[in-house]
Amino acid sequence: MQMQFDIQGGDFSAAGEASSEVKKALKQLNIQPQTLRRIAVALYEAEVNVVAHAYRGTMTVDISPARILVQLQDEGPGIDDIGKAMEEGFSTASDKVREMGFGAGMGLPNIKKNSDEMHLTSTPGTGTTLEIIVNF
Amino acid sequence: MNLNQLIKFVNGSILYDSLPGLELSYAFASDLMSDALRWYKENMILITGLATIQTIRTAELAGISCIVIARGKKVTDDMMELAVESHISIVTSPMSVFEISGKLYQNGIKPLY
Repeated sequence: MQMQFDIQGGDFSAAGEASSEVKKALKQLNIQPQTLRRIAVALYEAEVNVVAHAYRGTMTVDISPARILVQLQDEGPGIDDIGKAMEEGFSTASDKVREMGFGAGMGLPNIKKNSDEMHLTSTPGTGTTLEIIVNF
Repeated sequence: MNLNQLIKFVNGSILYDSLPGLELSYAFASDLMSDALRWYKENMILITGLATIQTIRTAELAGISCIVIARGKKVTDDMMELAVESHISIVTSPMSVFEISGKLYQNGIKPLY
């Protein structure tokens, strides 16, 4: 099964809607609740990252019997130092993002913790691509 | 502790009870949603001073059963709509996060972290 969503940078009220749709679709597939929760949390953090940092992005979801593969591709400022961005507590988020309860530098570590594979690549000035795999 | 018992301890009001009688045993208090997404127990309560649509979205995606909103903050119609759709109980209390946490801890709610 494949799904695709557009994500608008800066649209905080809609942040999480795509992740919610994916969670609902997975619920129909009898995925273990614990695995379902890991996927939902990883996707939500990733979606919030796009809303918080990028101009726009897409979430592409590919579900096979063994795993879910999600790719988030955005157009935005990119990440200068991925190693630094992965550190707990490091954040470049705006006050607006913090007012929404995010931007404390826990997003990427949270995604890593809740996924089986995570691949992050970025071109500063162009955008960022994040790939998440969770095995069922 | 069920929701009717809970509101007595925190002078709260139930705005929505998704599963009347549900026994709640654990709680986590935070205004930071990334923290709220980190730890989980079934039938857990999130105590927070953050009243935005993202509070409800966080509970939905993390599987949190109940949110107690502190300091009487306003719960908007779109927040309520999402809470009902996602089966998340909503309580408001005039008390602070600190006081709500203290009252619930004193009455048997356990920390999950």
